[in-house]
Amino acid sequence: MQLTGSLFADMSAVYGNKLSVFPDYPAEIRAPHGTVSGVSGFQVHIGGDDVITPGDFCDLLVAMNPAALKANAKWCKRNAMILVDTDAFDEAGMKKAGFQTEDPFLELRVEDRAIIPTPITTLTMESLKDSGLDMKTIRKCKNMFTLGMACFIYSRPLEYIYNYIEAKFAKKHPELVEPNKRVLNDGFNYAANIQAIPNTYEVKPAHMKKGTYRNINGNQATAWGLLAASEKSHLPLFCGSYPITPATGILEELAIHKSLGAKTLQAEDEIAGICTAIGASFAGNLAVTTTSGPGLSLKTEALGLAVMAELPLVVVDVQRAGPSTGIPTKTEQTDLNQALYGRNGECPIPVIAAHSPAHCFDAAFNACKIAVEHMTPVILLSEGFIGNGSEPWRIPSMKDYPEIVPPLARYEGHPFHPFERDPETMVPKWAIPGTKGLEHRVGGLEKNHEGVLSSDPANHALMVAERQAKVEKIADFIPELTVNGPASGKVLVVGWGGTFGHILTACHEIGDVPFAHFDYIYPVPRNTREILSRYEKILVCELNNGQFAAYLRNLFPEFHYIKFNKVQGQPFLVEELTEAIKEAYNG
Amino acid sequence: MANLTFKDFKSDQEVRWCPGCGDHAVLAALQRSLPKVSQALGYEKERYVVVSGIGCSSRLPYYMDTYGFHSIHGRATAVSTGIKVANPWLTIWQACGDGDALAIGGNHFIHAIRRNIDINIILFNNQIYGLTKGQYSPTSKFGAITKTSPYGTVEHPFNPGSLVLGAKGTFFARSLDVELALNEEIMTAAALHDGTSVMEMLTNCVIFNDGAHKNLSDPAVRADRTIVLRHGEKMVFGKDRNKGLVLFGMGIKAVTIGEDGFTIDDVLTHDAHTDNMGIHMMLADMKGPDLPVALGVIRDVKDITYDDGVRDQVKDVMAKSKIHSVDELLHSGSTWEVE
Repeated sequence: MQLTGSLFADMSAVYGNKLSVFPDYPAEIRAPHGTVSGVSGFQVHIGGDDVITPGDFCDLLVAMNPAALKANAKWCKRNAMILVDTDAFDEAGMKKAGFQTEDPFLELRVEDRAIIPTPITTLTMESLKDSGLDMKTIRKCKNMFTLGMACFIYSRPLEYIYNYIEAKFAKKHPELVEPNKRVLNDGFNYAANIQAIPNTYEVKPAHMKKGTYRNINGNQATAWGLLAASEKSHLPLFCGSYPITPATGILEELAIHKSLGAKTLQAEDEIAGICTAIGASFAGNLAVTTTSGPGLSLKTEALGLAVMAELPLVVVDVQRAGPSTGIPTKTEQTDLNQALYGRNGECPIPVIAAHSPAHCFDAAFNACKIAVEHMTPVILLSEGFIGNGSEPWRIPSMKDYPEIVPPLARYEGHPFHPFERDPETMVPKWAIPGTKGLEHRVGGLEKNHEGVLSSDPANHALMVAERQAKVEKIADFIPELTVNGPASGKVLVVGWGGTFGHILTACHEIGDVPFAHFDYIYPVPRNTREILSRYEKILVCELNNGQFAAYLRNLFPEFHYIKFNKVQGQPFLVEELTEAIKEAYNG
Repeated sequence: MANLTFKDFKSDQEVRWCPGCGDHAVLAALQRSLPKVSQALGYEKERYVVVSGIGCSSRLPYYMDTYGFHSIHGRATAVSTGIKVANPWLTIWQACGDGDALAIGGNHFIHAIRRNIDINIILFNNQIYGLTKGQYSPTSKFGAITKTSPYGTVEHPFNPGSLVLGAKGTFFARSLDVELALNEEIMTAAALHDGTSVMEMLTNCVIFNDGAHKNLSDPAVRADRTIVLRHGEKMVFGKDRNKGLVLFGMGIKAVTIGEDGFTIDDVLTHDAHTDNMGIHMMLADMKGPDLPVALGVIRDVKDITYDDGVRDQVKDVMAKSKIHSVDELLHSGSTWEVE
């Protein structure tokens, strides 16, 4: 079903629609088939210019079994179509899904929707009875039948999918090309013939800026942003990581692109992931480690080492529902506190966040630029929702991206002092092993400017202050906060990270609601206080229990904050955001 | 290539180990070995990086005038691995203790060996946690009485040699802190070895575990209770050089040459380069009272290294791939035009 959804999305993108997709799948690879918890879903939202979320409610629900219907019926609009494979709605299937009555639609109170009961499995078998394929292979083709029906409903020509089928099977399984095309075609014709489809849609292309586009998901965009930073800094990329859902895609993607000089090391554990990256950074590479919440917990001590050694490092945390193992495949923004505060000692680390799948590219690039130019570890927060979600992306040109300039030390005839700083930026120099004359020692123990061990009280206080100042001065190098909407008023809606699309959509739906979204969390943009001061109330919307709200309150206690939170492992619904915003206005 | 001497490797930092600590001698051996290594391999001084974890012995990088990284407890091996992969041209020396490498860092230790990454690990084994003032370590003898085992430990120790060989290590050597000449010999051999070289140094902690290795290091008994193995040489030991090791049944037996019908021809000749892990394992496992403890290079075999593998694969893919810039990457695969 994930593949069928992707195909429909890709086809729509090529047609010129804007789109946003959200794969929602269980943590188990082969989750118990036919049970509600084992449903693997793929949400596609296509349309014109305003599509920036996967959408709350659907026009078409395709349920291949009773469990899928049960899990998703509540998302059907009043006038939605529900396409079901009746072959799967037998006694066993109904029982597995936990239906109490014989009418699943009535039981779920969706009996008034346009239900299109179709014996998809039977029709597929009929379609391929002379194909010579075995039953197992034939059954696998039923998703193609469904896709054919969806293509009719959305008035889509089949050429794109024909081409896909040919490209996929021509070499290795030429015997599958014709059967898949036939089933797709039969599905399309079936939908056209049955006259049970109440309405078909024609979703016009969006008004998209001229250019070359591609689809990209957040993890892929993150990996590519890291590669872009490697190219622009002229530093080889090193990624030391341990597989963890939902971040593994970044490591997998980087592992493909060795042609750009990227080295990937699949470490023996999360700690080795970050420690190999710290070693690589010491040796002069652009070093990265990628993880999710539990992995970030394991990396904590080593993050402190990177702060103390003042080495550039990017740590990508693709957040998932926690605490502990939590719900690994579901999205959340609950690692913010961990990213900001989760270390021993006074241990400041810049934190930035990606706000959409494609934005992961820029966010990863910027994280690297800050890390390298300011000689500090940086935590980049992504989320399962944007890491796995995808959207069309107007392909940028690398000539429009800035150079990244590492503050490399040169031998100047005297011993190198690793913690002497640029007085403006407070950034120390990076002396790469192998450079003659710059031999020096770094490590976790407190040192003085010369790099000599020191437990002197005044020196410790000075070094703590300097490390902090270095990070806070990054505010001078990041963009200012902007407000989408009126420059002052009663309520400012505030968000960060992957909630951007939902919040913006909600603000647009209501009308002229001011909205400020933070891509840079620590330090915050320089004008943050000034922006917040123009509104009576600040409504902070986030997928946790109020971590960013508490952070802002700590920084700017003079303002009136209201929180809107959700911790269900799911993205916001636009609907619940509009209600929260209206309530903030009226309250 | 300037002629380097041991002074070139001495930093200006005051060495702060306890007087009488075995670590002093290991440091001296390293500072004396590296000029020889440089001579043999043409290495410049800036090519050396000394890495450590946490513990008494992990202070070592501060005393070496090279690039150095004093990392965190147990993680030296991971940091070393990252440095070596990032820049295989660098030559890595790592100092770590028995608690550091085998308890908290055990995972990184075995995986570095499994990968056979080209780093040189000096394992300071004093069988105690010294810096935290005297708790038992994973190499403390069964029953050891320490601050955290006042009634004796009830757990078996690791033999680092069998751990290394069990992970299919390609280089393992053992020595005593006091064997300065042998240690230089071992360190030079480790430097020449491509892959993970583990050198177990049995060191004395004068404060918390004084005399832990005295049954071996005491000059009165050393020659009889240890055997120095050298590739190609007969396995002969003893004060009078009249004892030898022979294969007997399924194992190794110590015999007196000329007695019970054993002649010098029966005595084994050490082959450090054989792939045969069994004989190396037996040698690494030898202990008193029946057998001498093996010192010297027990195993030194060739195998592919991880750092070479990573580098070669990048080169291969670069040569074959059509994508050589990020712009090309961004336009690879399915794209479409919007007019």
